[in-house]
Amino acid sequence: MNSEKYISDIIKKIPSSGIRRFFDLVTNSKDIISLGVGEPDFTTPWLIRKEGIDALDRGSTTYTSNLGLPELRIAISTFLKNHYNLDYNPEKEIMVTVGASEAIDLAVRCLLNNDDEVLIPEPSYVSYAPCVALTRGIPVFVPTDARNNFKLTPDDLKSKITRKTKALILSYPNNPTGAIMTENDLYDILNIIIENDLIVISDEIYSELTYEGKHVSIASLPEMKERTILINGFSKAFAMTGWRLGYIASNPAFIEAMNKIHQYTTICAPIMSQLAAIKGLNNCEEDVIKMRKTYDQRRRFIIKGFREIGFECFEPKGAFYIFPSIKKTGMDSQQFCERLLKEEKVAVVPGDAFGPSGNGFIRVSYAYSLDRIIKALEKIEHFARKFI
Amino acid sequence: MDILELLCQNSRLTDEQIATMTGLDEETVKNTIKNLEEENIILKYSAIINWEKTDKEIVHALIDVRITPQQGHGFNAIAERICQYDEVKSVSLISGGYDLSVEVEGKTMKEIALFVAERLAPIDGVLSTTTHFILKRYKQNGVFFTDGPKDKRLVVTP
Repeated sequence: MNSEKYISDIIKKIPSSGIRRFFDLVTNSKDIISLGVGEPDFTTPWLIRKEGIDALDRGSTTYTSNLGLPELRIAISTFLKNHYNLDYNPEKEIMVTVGASEAIDLAVRCLLNNDDEVLIPEPSYVSYAPCVALTRGIPVFVPTDARNNFKLTPDDLKSKITRKTKALILSYPNNPTGAIMTENDLYDILNIIIENDLIVISDEIYSELTYEGKHVSIASLPEMKERTILINGFSKAFAMTGWRLGYIASNPAFIEAMNKIHQYTTICAPIMSQLAAIKGLNNCEEDVIKMRKTYDQRRRFIIKGFREIGFECFEPKGAFYIFPSIKKTGMDSQQFCERLLKEEKVAVVPGDAFGPSGNGFIRVSYAYSLDRIIKALEKIEHFARKFI
Repeated sequence: MDILELLCQNSRLTDEQIATMTGLDEETVKNTIKNLEEENIILKYSAIINWEKTDKEIVHALIDVRITPQQGHGFNAIAERICQYDEVKSVSLISGGYDLSVEVEGKTMKEIALFVAERLAPIDGVLSTTTHFILKRYKQNGVFFTDGPKDKRLVVTP
């Protein structure tokens, strides 16, 4: 049977992720040092893990309401108020999802009709464009530039808006660049968003990993709460990637629309994860602060390390990646990463896996122990000396 | 405190590296460390060695020691006396069923047994000793001696 012929055209059209291709290459190599992951190297804080264990022990193994446990939604609402000065009604304006990944999917699906355009500043997280395409919308990349610290500028934004543009996906602190948008940066694009009647899908999964100043959510700016679908989750700040738990805060109409998809496709997030997350929000702030401090120390260390080797590297102020330029070596991202892997057994991710603007860059994760980072830097320096 | 925590993790970090990580200037780091050394807050820079992986024959034992506290000195005088022996690597006052926990190092189990019998037990005020030989170390000062926890993450993730 030719199974291919049954697969939908839209799926066939979507290319495999550049990360996936590189992953296949890496998994065939042995004894490599990887700086290639997008998840914390910390284990979920013990109190949260214990709550998950206790939840199972108590027999908490049922469905929850579609929107999530009321106690968790209250805890999320309080967290958003205390950390980002956002007011969301836990009953109608917050829903719990299976990771921020589901939240992204729900957000685009609830908004888009065929051929609606969605602006995506790139380099960007690999899921946005495919999620938009799966909904039969049209992803429109807005290139960002190292010269602007990979921020979305008003001119770049304006240049891509058409009458079909319906939404903008913001993702700051950013994966892969580590760029952030300050309050002033957000004010700079505010009028353009409002004048063009755009909805913002704001993926703020790395918000707690902001190293200088405080993260500002675009939803906290005037007139923006109504037109923002705010996405966040527990994977990064609480080191809970495997628990698959995220959430959305938005206006009641959007929440209701997204809940229609959620209730027919997913029903609810796992109850044990939800119970554990309540513990995280209410009792584990110290753990988050401690992890952030450690990331920050490594961030400073690795930026300096790359600069000393001779790579140009703007200073990322969020997430746990640096995005140095490797253009000096004369190689493109794929060549650089493949040769580094082959010759030094170090894995970093090619920047163009995150969009064309990422070519000439590599994504380096510092969600690794300092010892590992030091060892990897030595090998990268040895490799780079051949070219620069 | 950041400086101490970083040195605790890796005492080979240079002043420059610590300055980078903490955001302090190098001179401040250098002076702070100098002060910490002078104030005996930083006592020594040391390595944690897994001797089992070397040719060196070495045996460690933990000895529970019960002692009689002395008038005016409490436990300190005897504890400090025990500290004088080269074989003794650490001495701590412990709450619970005994008073001092003494870690002793020797070439053989017999050497340690003789040390306990001939030098430690006869000290005035020592009521009893219980010797536990360390058979295998799993973790010391936060460092895993076995392979430690494996990085279970995929090698590359989005």
